[in-house]
Amino acid sequence: MDPDLKAPISTGTTIIGVTYNGGVVLGADSRTSTGMYVANRASDKITQLTDNVYVCRSGSAADSQVVSDYVRYFLNQHTIQLGQPATVKVAANLIRLLSYQNKNMLETGLIVGGWDKYEGGQIYSVPLGGTIVRQPFAIGGSGSSYLYGFFDQAWKEGMSKDEAEELVVKAVSLAIARDGASGGVVRTVIINESGITRNCYTGDSLPLWHEELEPHNSLLDLLSSSSPEPMSS
Amino acid sequence: MADSMFSSSASAKDSASSEIGSERTLYPYVTGTSVLGMKYKDGVIMAADMGGSYGSTLRYKSVERIKPIGKHSLLGASGEISDFQEILRYLDELILYDNMWDDGNSLGPKEVHNYLTRVMYNRRNKFNPLWNSLVLGGIKNGQKYLGTVNMIGTHYEDSHVATGFGNHLARPILRAEWREDLTFEEAVKLLEKCLLVLLYRDRSAINKFQIAKITEEGATIFPPYALKTFWGFAAFQNPTKGAEGSW
Repeated sequence: MDPDLKAPISTGTTIIGVTYNGGVVLGADSRTSTGMYVANRASDKITQLTDNVYVCRSGSAADSQVVSDYVRYFLNQHTIQLGQPATVKVAANLIRLLSYQNKNMLETGLIVGGWDKYEGGQIYSVPLGGTIVRQPFAIGGSGSSYLYGFFDQAWKEGMSKDEAEELVVKAVSLAIARDGASGGVVRTVIINESGITRNCYTGDSLPLWHEELEPHNSLLDLLSSSSPEPMSS
Repeated sequence: MADSMFSSSASAKDSASSEIGSERTLYPYVTGTSVLGMKYKDGVIMAADMGGSYGSTLRYKSVERIKPIGKHSLLGASGEISDFQEILRYLDELILYDNMWDDGNSLGPKEVHNYLTRVMYNRRNKFNPLWNSLVLGGIKNGQKYLGTVNMIGTHYEDSHVATGFGNHLARPILRAEWREDLTFEEAVKLLEKCLLVLLYRDRSAINKFQIAKITEEGATIFPPYALKTFWGFAAFQNPTKGAEGSW
């Protein structure tokens, strides 16, 4: 473990959870890296815990997977015993328990998001160490460093579903542009009273940022077109 | 204070090498900064900012670091937030068992402080500390109490206490200006004087505070608020004029 306590241990990935007027939108990139190699360029970091609660995973892939597997197992039993869907708070606190009690061994930061009939849409952040914090929106992973300023400016209370999803996609896309540990597609999961919607936004549908160029099939397409593409710098 | 001395001795570094399965000295991840507490005419008043820092990033800005405990006490914490949340759960259980006796008696601040001291010291002896500095204040049957205990088990009572940076920046102000018979308004003004200094000089402080008081009537935690800062010194306008390169 890093003995320099002034430097936070940031964990590869960009994950986001945002509440809106009626539910939550969870978002993440899709890059899993081992060192400098991209082991999986299309991973799914938004994992289901119950019908109405999902978790965004960051940090060690193994640690986050095993924690979410245990919590899914516990919640499954809990739902049967309770006779109704588990609440988001219970799911988040189970995540917290595992994270806190095993803080010496685990390296994973998680964002729990979901909808229940008691409190509506909720987002809970469980960073390294096992602190639990309920927030109107949460960001995590190494890519989140680049988003603190963005959210300070762009976040507003009471957004619509579409506004919220647009914000999440824009944010993950911005983080991917600057964070080497984040990349691939932008996955989103929208959770509300009506159910779940999964979306996947690939590179061509994402906006281009500073110094990024329009992708083409080949240089040859550019050369053969009647008006040559202007040079950009 | 222990939780501000991150660069520990060699023994801490050795014990930090993780043996799988064993619990050794930890590192804090999400931390709160100073807590201030002082006795005043009607009871005890405490203040803390609402920041949860993650290393040098000011990551969480709405963390309540002062909580009521039972009927007679307030607990403020600096250091690792997850450990503070765990301490709150221990105290929940303690208060529950106390209430279940249903004997008209209730744990006062002195007893809660003593319980916390035992917990903190015993964890320290097992090389698995709860990485916090705690301030416990309260009033029972007219008797005001204010104590502190930290991750190594050091504990004491005083008329005013502080954790972390507060010890270095706020205590001197309190030593000069604290009196036994401060009214609530005077106490707030004095605490705010300290909070402002901490805001100027503590890198992990944020401009969002909560003040809490505990009196014979009960605990009140006031809503979050921010303080105005002053930058209008003439010397601040052009400090390097005539001495380019200096700061």
